[in-house]
Amino acid sequence: MSLFLIAALPFLGALFPALLIRAGRNAAAASAGFTTLLAFIGLLLNAPAVLRGETVQARLDWLPGLGLNANFFLDGLGLLFAGLILGIGLLIILYARFYLSREDPMGQFYTYLLLFQGAMVGIVLSDNILLLLVFWELTSLSSFLLIGYWKHLPEGRQGARMALAVTGSGGLAMIGGMLILGHIVGSYDLTVILQNKELIQSSPLYMPALILILIGAFTKSAQFPFHFWLPHAMAAPTPVSAYLHSATMVKAGLFLMARMWPVLAGTEAWFYIVATTGLITMVLGAVIALFKDDLKALLAFSTVSHLGLITMLLGFGTKPAAIAAVFHIVNHATFKAALFMSAGIVDHSAHTRDIKRLGGLRHLMPITFTIVVIASLSMAGIPPLNGFLSKEMMLEETINTLWRDNHYLVPALAVFAAMFSAAYSFRYIVHVFLGPQRRDYPTQPHDPGVGLWLAPAFLATLVIAIGLTPGIISGPVVSSAAAAVIGDGQVPYFKPKLWHGVNTALMMSIIAITGGISLLWGYPALSRAWNAAPRPEAKDIFDTLIGTVTRLSQRVTDALHNGSITRYSAIMVFFTTGISYYAYQSGVVSQATRTVQEAGPLPIIGWISLVLATTFIVVYHRNRLLSLVLIGVVGLVVSLSFNYLSAPDLALTQISVEVVTIILMLLALNFLPKDTPVESPVSTRLRDGAIATVAGAGVGGLIYALMTRDFMASSISEFHLANSYKGGGGTNVVNVILVDFRGYDTFGEIIVLGIAAVVIYALTEAILGSKVRAYLLNRKPDLPQDGDPHPLMMVVATRVMMPLALMVAAYIFFRGHNLPGGGFIAGLIAAIAMLMQYMASGFGWAAERQRFYYHGIIGSGVLIAAATGMGSWLAGRPFLTSSFGYLHWPPLEKFEWATAALFDLGVFLAVVGAVMLTLESLARFAWQPGMQSEHPMDINPARDDAAKEKEEA
Amino acid sequence: MEILFASAVGILTAAGIYLILRKRTFPVILGLSLLTYGVNLFLFATGRLMVNAPPVLNKYAEVAYTDPLPQALVLTAIVISFGMTAVVVMIALGAYLSAKDDKIDMIEDAERAGDDA
Repeated sequence: MSLFLIAALPFLGALFPALLIRAGRNAAAASAGFTTLLAFIGLLLNAPAVLRGETVQARLDWLPGLGLNANFFLDGLGLLFAGLILGIGLLIILYARFYLSREDPMGQFYTYLLLFQGAMVGIVLSDNILLLLVFWELTSLSSFLLIGYWKHLPEGRQGARMALAVTGSGGLAMIGGMLILGHIVGSYDLTVILQNKELIQSSPLYMPALILILIGAFTKSAQFPFHFWLPHAMAAPTPVSAYLHSATMVKAGLFLMARMWPVLAGTEAWFYIVATTGLITMVLGAVIALFKDDLKALLAFSTVSHLGLITMLLGFGTKPAAIAAVFHIVNHATFKAALFMSAGIVDHSAHTRDIKRLGGLRHLMPITFTIVVIASLSMAGIPPLNGFLSKEMMLEETINTLWRDNHYLVPALAVFAAMFSAAYSFRYIVHVFLGPQRRDYPTQPHDPGVGLWLAPAFLATLVIAIGLTPGIISGPVVSSAAAAVIGDGQVPYFKPKLWHGVNTALMMSIIAITGGISLLWGYPALSRAWNAAPRPEAKDIFDTLIGTVTRLSQRVTDALHNGSITRYSAIMVFFTTGISYYAYQSGVVSQATRTVQEAGPLPIIGWISLVLATTFIVVYHRNRLLSLVLIGVVGLVVSLSFNYLSAPDLALTQISVEVVTIILMLLALNFLPKDTPVESPVSTRLRDGAIATVAGAGVGGLIYALMTRDFMASSISEFHLANSYKGGGGTNVVNVILVDFRGYDTFGEIIVLGIAAVVIYALTEAILGSKVRAYLLNRKPDLPQDGDPHPLMMVVATRVMMPLALMVAAYIFFRGHNLPGGGFIAGLIAAIAMLMQYMASGFGWAAERQRFYYHGIIGSGVLIAAATGMGSWLAGRPFLTSSFGYLHWPPLEKFEWATAALFDLGVFLAVVGAVMLTLESLARFAWQPGMQSEHPMDINPARDDAAKEKEEA
Repeated sequence: MEILFASAVGILTAAGIYLILRKRTFPVILGLSLLTYGVNLFLFATGRLMVNAPPVLNKYAEVAYTDPLPQALVLTAIVISFGMTAVVVMIALGAYLSAKDDKIDMIEDAERAGDDA
């Protein structure tokens, strides 16, 4: 099966559980299990080739310009990890089906789980470090969802947040490290990077890259001092803990160290950083684990300790140590997943995980007891189980390790940690299952159904099988993975034996186990001493740290953003002007090449009126009505200058938009105060004036410089002019650009316009639904009202003009393709024609005669435009390819048809709908009871006559 | 003519920015409108100024045409700016009706920071 498919399957499968949960929990679980199984089988199909020593690859150049390719490869290491992820994933899916209660949303659970699984598989299969980083971040995000799955538990939310903060910031560091690495090698492909050991290690950037990558790996793998997030993540449901902390999430850091081992390991820096961190973590985790009373906390710290062990082995930088590390990864995954699941079973059936409240469960839960004994003894390193084998190998390696020329430090600490490791493993058995039966369990414990114990039992069988026959069961996979870690192309010698005579490692093991037993024997005294001793609480430190950072950033934010929009605008204008000035200073300005044109009397008159109107707006802007009138003057001059400067389409658009904009502002001003009070002191006004003047001078200077120079390169406008008639079938090039060449833009444009109108409608609904409505209903106008709201003359005039205006709109619409006009302008004109009715005859009268919802008009416009665009698919052409031709129906003149006209119809409708919906929404604010009269005219002879007749009758 | 045009764009921009820096919604909306005129004229002028050369193809004679592309861009910009203005107006109106105040700054924050109100 293609590696793409293996990596994609979990993501695709993530859709199903969330959908299938309606069909029941079994369906959701089965869909999750089925996709995982499929991916697992796909992986196994590739296994023979990998075990032969080949590397399976799948390449897809995604963004080659950025070095980001969707390349996957599968070698021994990838196979081992992907196998663990998918295999244990399957067991977890089975276990979770029976673990989660009826109240838990199981569809969500499996979706999150599969997302996480996909991200993990992606990490281990990626052949591109950028792609790997993407998956790396995905694991942080999806594990956040999983850890915080029980949203109602504060510990769950806090634990999830902490895990995200720690692993997320580590991920950031790793992005930096990986980018440096890619920069050194000149490629982001792992296979290339892995072949450049000398280049990387001799680079001056080796140290920064190493440290940044290690921070990423250490945070993910919960190495000291980042180990604290892992125990807090135990607030997650047990299947999540079992999955994340045995086989996947925390192993991602180890995977990365193993993956990068060929190029990063072997230096002194690597040894001292990685091995020391691992050693400290191993000892610390083991000691703390012994004194934890919560079963899951015990297992969490033991996980920390074992991760430290593997990290230390990788840090040694020798081949046998790397083999031992790989082997222990497998062994740890098997016994730790089994232990987590059995802890979940105990919790599930006794309703407590507190060791102090448990004990004597062996007769009540014999199956669970058997599983726990096997897995725990393996964790303690008792023969003939698999944990013994890898622990022996680890001890063997420590003997050969010098730490600062000290022969004894590393072995002694390793034995010390192994002692505690044995002690907490025994404690799990002794304090939970042995001893007298109690009478005060929260509920009566009993063995669970087969669904819960099958998965851990399978793992326990593996524990024994690997222990007895390591060469057969795990041999091929481990050697091939170790070969990939070492990366010298040879398959290393891997033949672990249960009995290899009495040697130093065996002696160390015996010391550790006897020491462990005595530690447990003296546990009560030790526990008292431990609880009495002061020790730092990692969560408090973390909370303090986060609190400090939050306060700090709050202060910075408050200082920069004090809530004054004015201030932001001023800063933005100031900054933009400064940047532009810098660009101007540092750039090259060519000589002016165009001659300045002579200005006739018309431009001068226009200029004077525009400048005067603008100045008056600034001076009299406190009188809002006056400034509205003046802004109308500015708009008029602008549209006239468009007309003068050969842009008739723009002139038409500008003048019609001007009308609706002014109506809109008038409607709003009806409710707003009519004057702006004087607030700013003169100094502020001078400052703002200075900023505005400088910015305005800059903009003016820029456009002057632009207008007096020719184009740097030939403009694409030539193409449009040349092809407008040939290709688009129209002579009005602007319109052809809008509906044809750049039809996609226009299509987006009308959608945006429609969205704006719908937003306005929604805002209106929200405002009118609030307590503001009461105020509006009782509002008294603050200006004297006209005596006649619907003057007869105006009513008659607008009604007469309505068909005329619509005809003009139609005319403008149809000629648009060849002469100035088109859908935008026609839409605006039609909207104005309808607005006149609202204004003259009143809202109620007009609304009653309006039979189509404006929303629908917008929607139909967008749909017509879309359908026109899609119509070209039928002809096998890309979206929005236009077509045109000529028809001749006698006795009519020959005329042109163009699909672009249909598209323009969509534009027309969308514009009409958007403008009308906007203004209608605003007008609804003014509605008051009793306003709506059936007759818009105050004098209605017909009504009066009817009333009189009635009276008489 | 170029200098008239450029100075008009500059004045519209300056007036727009000055009004945007005011503290009430209505002047800010006016300022946005003025700035919109300025920006649209600016965009339009990137096609250079030409008189009597509309980009409507003449079938009968070889004549000069002005640059149609900035015109198409500005045409949509004008329509979109109407939508934008309408949304801003509606937000301003809603804010005023809900708070009985048309100041644009968040009052408590501005007071706390002691900004020049």
